[in-house]
Amino acid sequence: MSSSHSELLLDVQDLGVSFATPEGIVQAVDAVSLTLHAGEVLAVVGESGSGKSVTAMTLMGLTRSPNARIAGSAKLRDLDLLTAGAAELRAVRGEEIAMIFQDPMTSLNPVHRIGRQIVEQIQAHRDVCGKEARDLVVAQLERVGIPQARERLDAYPHELSGGMRQRVMIALALSCDPSVLIADEPTTALDVTIQAQILEVLSQLRKESNAGIVLVTHDLGVVAEIADRIAVMYAGRIVEQGSAGEIFYDPQHPYTWGLLGSIARVDRPRPRRLPSITGLPPSLLHPPQGCHFRPRCPHAHEACLATPALVARVPGAHDHADRCVMAPGRKAKLRQVGGQIGLEARGAWR
Amino acid sequence: MGRFVVRRLVGMVVVMFAVSVLTFLIFNVIPNGDPADRMAGKNSTPAQIAAIEREWGFDEPLYEQYLTTMEKVASGDLISYANQTNVVEEIKRGLPRTFALAIGAALLWFAMGTALGLYTAVRAGRWTDTLVTVLALIGISMPVFWLGALASYYLGFKAGLFPNGGYSEIGQAGVWEWVKHMILPWAVLATLFIGVYSRVLRANVLDTLNEDYVRTARAKGLTERRVMVHHVLRNSLIPIVTLWGLDFGMVLGGGAILTETVFDLQGVGQYFAESVGQLDVPPVLAVTLFGAFFIVLLNTLVDIAYAALDPRIRLSS
Repeated sequence: MSSSHSELLLDVQDLGVSFATPEGIVQAVDAVSLTLHAGEVLAVVGESGSGKSVTAMTLMGLTRSPNARIAGSAKLRDLDLLTAGAAELRAVRGEEIAMIFQDPMTSLNPVHRIGRQIVEQIQAHRDVCGKEARDLVVAQLERVGIPQARERLDAYPHELSGGMRQRVMIALALSCDPSVLIADEPTTALDVTIQAQILEVLSQLRKESNAGIVLVTHDLGVVAEIADRIAVMYAGRIVEQGSAGEIFYDPQHPYTWGLLGSIARVDRPRPRRLPSITGLPPSLLHPPQGCHFRPRCPHAHEACLATPALVARVPGAHDHADRCVMAPGRKAKLRQVGGQIGLEARGAWR
Repeated sequence: MGRFVVRRLVGMVVVMFAVSVLTFLIFNVIPNGDPADRMAGKNSTPAQIAAIEREWGFDEPLYEQYLTTMEKVASGDLISYANQTNVVEEIKRGLPRTFALAIGAALLWFAMGTALGLYTAVRAGRWTDTLVTVLALIGISMPVFWLGALASYYLGFKAGLFPNGGYSEIGQAGVWEWVKHMILPWAVLATLFIGVYSRVLRANVLDTLNEDYVRTARAKGLTERRVMVHHVLRNSLIPIVTLWGLDFGMVLGGGAILTETVFDLQGVGQYFAESVGQLDVPPVLAVTLFGAFFIVLLNTLVDIAYAALDPRIRLSS
């Protein structure tokens, strides 16, 4: 899918989110820039605490802590989501930009019928009567694969399974045909067979409605399934971004190598022990100087003490940017571990 | 639902039986509680006491006495030992007064407690929250007999804004007189509960605000008002309704003894207090049963309301 020709929906520039805590300032998101075009799936990948969920929440204006400081800009078409007033934000939420949350068990109100919860969103944005709204909801529920949708309108969330609830969440998010859909780990709380069905529903929807999807996940299997472009986040920063092909077959950042190397693959001989990246993610309260991955990186050296910029380093690939200062030729050699992409497990330079 | 109600009704009978037996026994073992002795007066002869014992059946075994008393409760012929008035008639006379106090105060404290609780939760951490919190704690800490006496003295006796205690029948002096007589008792009785309810609701609202479904509601583009009322308050009120039902049942059953007495409302609670003072077993027994009835009844209603408010709860289990 070519992104350059379709409409630019979301343009995030230098987004920073920090929280004042009793121990000090936590820079949860640091200079994150992202773009999303119509009909595109952008995957934001990273481990817990990498800032991917905070990024997603901030785009929805849901980072509401009084201790949060937000910098940069995030334009949804012409509206800056970060500086928009409450009424402007309310007008686009659910209508232009919608979100699917991680846990379908707790994200629906337990005391309201699901039909009512979706009708409520439609009526917040469209001037439709109750019956019309209910018909729209039935159509949405059928679209995401819920059988006997009309009867299910009157079901309470606890009467549905986890997979069904996540479908309801998706139907809710899509009920006003948003142009941007943010899915924050939509399959994490579900078992694997349901995951595949939910992903199928998402890619179907992308084709039908030409919406842009930001898929926040730590699951590279999910990413491989449907992402067009990938942004890899580590400790609050994007360390590498590019097309799915570039990230999977020509990864430039050692952290990305480590991530790819830690996937268990059925088409390769099973290793004695699943590889992992040595060490732990840094505390965002006291992040390491320079490259945040430096303390865990076996290839680090003096140059990594300066904060590396996110720039295109691979010759000829303008959309493929990374934050590792090593020369691309050297990276191509170092990332080969045992005949496939991975990160060496020896100790890091300090 | 049907089975649930039947089971609760059976439970109610058991509770009332147990309560009546206990009350009856307690008042028969209290020192200086012998009814014949008290009825005969200070300068009585043993013959007079024996005559009273025979006349009132105090010489019969305890279980016989209990059965006779309960029979009289059921038929409405129960007579006070202390002043020979009909107990059921007395309760009937006090009933509208107690109900007027209980219903008015319960509505007042529910409305005010909810409003203040929601307000302080939304303003959490600001000076208005602190101010209301301090006021709520003062309200909780003031005993009814003290607050009631102060209000009655300063607002009633000195300022003349309100009548100095007593109850006014709507049929005799009109609605306005009735309201004027009830305002202070309502306010004084409600004060403690407003303090408690606003604190509980504030905590519930702050908890609910962190729920994922509130985030979803915001992500839907709903107005803040709708998020607060339909999603936050709706869920935060469930425990409050439970609390309210139980407290309301207690006050309906004559539990507002201090308020009734301070304002001389002559309700069921005040009747109870006076009867206990005279160790007068029949009214004490009857009012205890009356109170137990309302507490069990409101308990059942609370459970039904709970199931209606929270669809995850089933009554059968």
